[in-house]
Amino acid sequence: MSSDVRNASRRTALKALGAAGLAGALGPAASLVSLAQAKKLVVGVIYVGPRDDYGYNQAQAQAAAALKKMPGISVVEQEKVPETQDVQKVMASMIEQDGAALLFPTSFGYFDPHMLKMAEKYPNVRFAHCGGLWTEGKHPKNTGSYFGYIDECQYINGIAAGSVSKSKKIGFIAAKPIPQVLRNINAFTLGAKSVDPKISCHLIFTGDWALPVKEAEATNSLVDQGVDVVTCHVDSPKVVVETAERRGIYVCGYHANQSALAPKGYLTGAEWNWLTPYTLLTKDAQEGKPFKNFIRGGLKEGYVKMSPYGKAVPEAARKKADATLAEMKKGTYTVFKGPLKDNTGKVVIPAGTAYLQTEPVLEQMNYLVEGVVGSV
Amino acid sequence: MPPARGGGLLGPSAEALLIPLGALAGAMVLFGVFMALIGQNPLEVYRLIWRGAFASGFAWQNTLSRAAPLILTALCVALPAQAGLMVIASEGALVLGGLAAAILGHSMGGMNPLVVKLAMALGGMAIGGLWVALVGALRQYRGVNETISSLLFIYIAVALFNHMVEGPLRDPASLNKPSTHPIGEANMLGALPGFDVHWGLAFGIVFCVIVYVLVKHTTWGFALRVVGGNPRAAQLAGLPVSRLVVTACFLGGAASGLAGMVEVGAVHGTANASLIAGYGYTGILVAFIARQNPIAIIPVSVLLGGIAASGGMLQRRLDLPDATVLVLQGMAFLTILAAETLFGRLKAFRSNE
Repeated sequence: MSSDVRNASRRTALKALGAAGLAGALGPAASLVSLAQAKKLVVGVIYVGPRDDYGYNQAQAQAAAALKKMPGISVVEQEKVPETQDVQKVMASMIEQDGAALLFPTSFGYFDPHMLKMAEKYPNVRFAHCGGLWTEGKHPKNTGSYFGYIDECQYINGIAAGSVSKSKKIGFIAAKPIPQVLRNINAFTLGAKSVDPKISCHLIFTGDWALPVKEAEATNSLVDQGVDVVTCHVDSPKVVVETAERRGIYVCGYHANQSALAPKGYLTGAEWNWLTPYTLLTKDAQEGKPFKNFIRGGLKEGYVKMSPYGKAVPEAARKKADATLAEMKKGTYTVFKGPLKDNTGKVVIPAGTAYLQTEPVLEQMNYLVEGVVGSV
Repeated sequence: MPPARGGGLLGPSAEALLIPLGALAGAMVLFGVFMALIGQNPLEVYRLIWRGAFASGFAWQNTLSRAAPLILTALCVALPAQAGLMVIASEGALVLGGLAAAILGHSMGGMNPLVVKLAMALGGMAIGGLWVALVGALRQYRGVNETISSLLFIYIAVALFNHMVEGPLRDPASLNKPSTHPIGEANMLGALPGFDVHWGLAFGIVFCVIVYVLVKHTTWGFALRVVGGNPRAAQLAGLPVSRLVVTACFLGGAASGLAGMVEVGAVHGTANASLIAGYGYTGILVAFIARQNPIAIIPVSVLLGGIAASGGMLQRRLDLPDATVLVLQGMAFLTILAAETLFGRLKAFRSNE
């Protein structure tokens, strides 16, 4: 008897599923088509992590959210997409199932081979990648790359950090010793040393982009060594910022604004302003203008910006930072100029040489400047 | 005589199929309730899951691509399990197998691509196999718990992999994403003919069938299962227990190593941190849901691939977070595992003998 009851409930359940399946199969494919039919430009944005990570992905998602408000645009988003064949399938799904004509695959590892492969397969779709080194003649015309010179902001971070540090020891928590990261570490250190040349920057590499436990350990270990200001270059600075606040030291943000996480210790932060390249590329796609394959910009072009100063930043420091900021906004400031030695004593930029931000040599940086305690 | 003594109309094979399917249906209903609670229309959600995972050729390719690596990594768990071992080293064997394949593919560049591919496959399988065989050997000869050691072996493998990729084997041209030297376009595996899914799917299915035959229809397999049932008795019966265990571990590791080779040969063209994508860990889940049955691994992998594929659809259309499909996955696995207790207890499936 009881077993009959069980069977009956199973049958009911099966029926329910059958009905659902039928509804799925017969249901109108309307919503699929509607996206494309409305003659809206469908823009697809793909994130490697969660959209609300207070970091790399959130910075991109903020721009995507602003895009949604533009007329004639509809945005489809997918988060936590690994840099495997998964991202190829996600790009293809956005194109085939959602009708996307412009894609923003935002993680560095999406570029080669995934995005290049899809770009070949879908030559009429525009692929705009964040940070990839797009090369004329080598990469397809329907692919391109946008990126910002955020080391300018890290230099300003450095000025703020150098101004408040009492121990003259500041810290940097980084994921991997790759050129983009080294450039930030060096800019941060140079900024701090412009305030006081005796300042040293203590560096810890965690080994990967999102390792919250190691990031917390690294922050704690830096504090224990006497470091009193930290910043970082990992996908989500959340853990570093929160740990620094808990330990009562100062912190400079990265990627997005993290001031809410550290109301006391947040000095300022290096933020992306991706809306600038997003708007540019989306408008071009809407108006059918040629695709800009390689776009870069710093503070002047509005690709990056600073978080508002926190309470802890003294007036004198604000003035100094603002003065440098103003020069950078004019485009006349060079962060990397000779004579510059690395932390083994070797001259890496001879006296008399000053690199503009657009200088390709800077995108191949493989050294740490004098004053950084750590090794590549 | 038709149903006598309360016997059912359906046989045991129907039981093996219908109970998990019923459980899945239950999970879908639960998930529908959950969706309704957060304000989504369950029917729309079902429709999108269907569209995202199975409704078209494109959706099937999406699903099967995601299933392919899981089939191989699940075998790495299911094979040692036949001998009673709980080995979870898939991820480590995968990354080292991939690394071996990348080294071979690059260093043999210029030779006949077929030879190179074969060498990559064999190299990846050998390294992956040895890695997991080591876990088996540690347990048989040193009494080290294989679950713990295999977990630790993953950390060692990943650290070793990262060190090689970012250090001695790094291609200096790979600036912001440290990788080994590319194996070259000629040595890539490509997709299955007429189907946008890479060769890993075919390798996985063939591997499953071979393992099934080996385990269920050979004396070696019988001996292995005896070891799994009662190692003491197997020893008393004169079976070479340690050799059987280590061999099973080797074969399992070879499956994962092959998965790594496919990742390098069909997807990335080089070895880099993208290989550490968690396929090994998901493989553990697959093997357990498949109750360590090599054939059942295939549909379970497809199910998981389908859930992952439809997850994208839910995110893009309904603006739901990525965690939504994890809820569905969790519900599906809980109901499937809970439904296991129903085996042999439903009248309909009882045989008459």
